[in-house]
Amino acid sequence: MIVAERKKIQDLLEIVKSHKKLLVLGCGTCVTVCLAGGQREVSIIASALRMAAKLKGQQLEVEELTIERQCDNVFIEQAAEAIQRNDAVLSLACGAGVQAIAERYPSKPVYAGLDTSFIGILEERGIWTEKCAACGQCVLHLYGGICPVTRCAKHMLNGPCSGSREDRCEVDPNRQCAWQLIYKRLKEIGQLDRLKKIKPPKNWSRSQSGGYRTILREDHRV
Amino acid sequence: MKPEVFEPKIIAFCCHYCAYSSADLAGSMRIQYPPNVRIIRTPCTGRLETEYFIKAFENGADGVFIAGCLEGGCHFVEGNICAKRRVNYTREMLEEIGIEKERLRMVNVSAAMGRPLADLIIEMVETVRKLGPNPVKLNGSSKKESRL
Ligand code: SF4
Ligand code: SF4
Repeated sequence: MIVAERKKIQDLLEIVKSHKKLLVLGCGTCVTVCLAGGQREVSIIASALRMAAKLKGQQLEVEELTIERQCDNVFIEQAAEAIQRNDAVLSLACGAGVQAIAERYPSKPVYAGLDTSFIGILEERGIWTEKCAACGQCVLHLYGGICPVTRCAKHMLNGPCSGSREDRCEVDPNRQCAWQLIYKRLKEIGQLDRLKKIKPPKNWSRSQSGGYRTILREDHRV
Repeated sequence: MKPEVFEPKIIAFCCHYCAYSSADLAGSMRIQYPPNVRIIRTPCTGRLETEYFIKAFENGADGVFIAGCLEGGCHFVEGNICAKRRVNYTREMLEEIGIEKERLRMVNVSAAMGRPLADLIIEMVETVRKLGPNPVKLNGSSKKESRL
């Protein structure tokens, strides 16, 4: 899922300060699961903003709404009326959701209420970890299902570096060395020979080079 | 004329298994505690969310007091520990908003601690009395007027 975290209340207040009627719009998908922008967080952030605005003498009315998914036109429709009757939207979706709303309502100011952080998983209660950098050409099959691009501090495709110490990463000893994990896992599944082959540099043209990426599926076009 | 003394309104979320019984016990023992607290019984403090505390302040509470079981004594094992973390998180958020974090406090008592609970309530009322009314109530009017 996409993992995000909320911005500070005072920063949000600064972002929306020129508006009097604000819609705080939540998203019921990834950001609900990572406890950053679902219905409950909408309710908390809306109340916090009302109180913070009052304390600063800022006039601000805040409406709350959460839709199933902000990155999908079909669901955005459900927010149409609420968006129309407010001066601006503070979206608690990931960056994609915020932009989807902004594109759909070109004359309405739409702001991001969250800092979208990464694609990751819930590691344990209250801890989310990045697992994929969406590099555009997945090489997980070569590394026992552990991503060196995301999880090795140096993104090494032919690791480990010489800094790996007792399964700790030299960049941050609180973290496991991704290459230690890769080695252990490949050994476990009997694929250590994969490490004998030197991997050529990755084709980064499929990552973020030349602007945003698109995927075209002719078979789904109408 | 005597100047009017500010009487804080405090919401007290009390766990059914300890603090609520303690408050009851305090009553049976005729121990007085200030009438400033409005007690809300909860099945466990672990049931409480940041949202509840924030909404209480938005609706005009001058203070929010949470009383859970002693650490290690939670009927649901670690509900009070979860509550403690949420209280800490909310205290930080209150500071971000501009509300003194001392207005939100969690304490731990057992069902037999009538006197200590009453003392903790007195202490809380005094802390909030010194801080004065919830600043949100003072700054202009909003759609949501104090409901307490
Ligand atoms: S190799 Fe690329 S696509 Fe695969 S998990 Fe790593 S970053 Fe994501
Ligand atoms: S110690 Fe391991 S994880 Fe850290 S940079 Fe070196 S190879 Fe990567």
